[in-house]
Amino acid sequence: MTSGAQSSGVQAVLEQPGGARPGAGRPRRRVAGVPYFLLLPGLLWLAVFFVVPMIFLLSQSLQTGSLETGYRLTFRFATYTDALSDFYRQFFRSFLYAFLATVLALLIGYPLAYAIALKSGRWKALLLVIVVAPFFTSFLLRTLAWQTILNSDGLVMKFFRGTHLIELTSALGWTNGSQLLSSPLAVVTGLTYNFLPFMILPLFASLDRLDPRLLEAAGDLYATPFTAFRRVTLPMSMPGVVAGTLLTFIPAAGDYINSRLLGNPNTAMIGQVIEGYFLRINDYPTAAALSFALMLTILVLVSVYIRKSGTEELV
Amino acid sequence: MVETLPRSRPAGRAGKQGAPARRRRSPWAVLRENLVWVAAVLALIYLLLPNLVVVLFSFNKPNGRFNYTWQRFSLDAWRDPCGAPGMCESLSLSLKIGLAATLVSTLFGTMIAFALARYRFRGRTGSNLLIFLPMATPEVVMGSSLLTLFVSTGIPLGRTTILIAHIMFCLSYVVVTVKARLAGLDPRLEQAAADLYANELQTFRRITLPLAAPGIAAGALLAFSLSFDDYIITNFNASNASITFPMYVWGAAARGTPVQINVIGTAMFLLAVVAVAIGQLAGRTRTRVRTR
Repeated sequence: MTSGAQSSGVQAVLEQPGGARPGAGRPRRRVAGVPYFLLLPGLLWLAVFFVVPMIFLLSQSLQTGSLETGYRLTFRFATYTDALSDFYRQFFRSFLYAFLATVLALLIGYPLAYAIALKSGRWKALLLVIVVAPFFTSFLLRTLAWQTILNSDGLVMKFFRGTHLIELTSALGWTNGSQLLSSPLAVVTGLTYNFLPFMILPLFASLDRLDPRLLEAAGDLYATPFTAFRRVTLPMSMPGVVAGTLLTFIPAAGDYINSRLLGNPNTAMIGQVIEGYFLRINDYPTAAALSFALMLTILVLVSVYIRKSGTEELV
Repeated sequence: MVETLPRSRPAGRAGKQGAPARRRRSPWAVLRENLVWVAAVLALIYLLLPNLVVVLFSFNKPNGRFNYTWQRFSLDAWRDPCGAPGMCESLSLSLKIGLAATLVSTLFGTMIAFALARYRFRGRTGSNLLIFLPMATPEVVMGSSLLTLFVSTGIPLGRTTILIAHIMFCLSYVVVTVKARLAGLDPRLEQAAADLYANELQTFRRITLPLAAPGIAAGALLAFSLSFDDYIITNFNASNASITFPMYVWGAAARGTPVQINVIGTAMFLLAVVAVAIGQLAGRTRTRVRTR
């Protein structure tokens, strides 16, 4: 057994298919009926409670009426243009913050995944536990903890004031005036933090599969450690990078917890608008149009990204 | 010049061991090697800092309603964890929904994973796509689309609708986790069983299922934590009478957070560390036995 089996419990989580041993477990039987019987309950569930709701969402976005008087399908496409012209800022901001959080999570997560996979030796299992464990405490609670960490009496704030960083970040528009909370910086910090494990685990899974002898070989062929990293480690970890960035970017773009708990009205993301229009304003067509537009934008971005990065095995 | 080169590269020895060769490194290389660790430790601190705050503030005695600033040490909240009104009810609802969602999604998800990993059939690509899509959909979209379904068809919101939603979004993660485990299994083990006159059912029960078990357990654990922790989708599909723990925490964030929330958070963290550690140890012993 390879070292990969040692940490299978954690590693199997979010592990991307396609990287397994060649030929292992390849589908080989052809028995009519059996696979369909196995698929039926699960796929039926997804069809009824994922696909059908999407159709209802699309239909809702083209209806007119109100919750009290009832809705009628009138194919009013103007709901989309109205909603997007009202909320293009929140829309754009969601993708900007999600992009920043993804890049930061990659920069923060890669060294950690690299250290655990290739340099930790017998500490590997323990370090993995430390990475996964925070996952299991309520993430809302952990996001609330950031309020404590970033509040104006906190250590982080003292450091920012002491080093006069706060003037710089305020000038850049990342923070407001003299505080860190309720600012774009706080929201991006929270987003990066919340989705970091989703970045680290796929990165770890692909780096853990890297044969150290390849790096040896690169060294033998006069590659400097940096060249070996650039030409061997990084390309071989690309499936992990792609999976990690997707698993970070997609939920981050739809998130509104961080922008609500750590931000202010000027950091509102599109999820916040959708939630408000559905649950408080009860303007279902506008909310449905924004929701469907978000879904479509993400699908387009993701399929372009997957095509560009050449990893089709994800699907 | 030619003579000095081989001495600095003991390639043959290191290549065979598969471990990094011990060779003299330049100070720059040593520094860079440690830079990885510096970055890794900083990342770990970033990951654990909020958990430390949660643990620390579970021993706080706040002056007002808000538990944001440290006042003084107290064990009050630990002595009376259910002292916050409504919190333990929400906790037990989350546990019930989490267990039910885990059970159903693990069963259905494992079945799908077996079908995809073990059989070739028409519609395989389509099935894979249908399983991938929920993971590529933001929660707010899934939550709102389910809400439009339930509202349009007149299904009342409550525990049932929460459970339906949770099973839906946990399913894909179970499939991916179990499938990864099945893909890593050596097919020769099953072939050997067949060679030893085991029939399909015996092979499945005695060989395949035990080998897949860690993957199924990981999938179930993931499903439970996803269900237990979900706020966004639940918020769209819950009624005022069905408050889950994350919904309770959200509400408390506005009203003033009772210290008991931090007690529950700390207990969950400790339980998770113990559970994951046991899983890791069990996995390691099993591997050692198998290799021998």
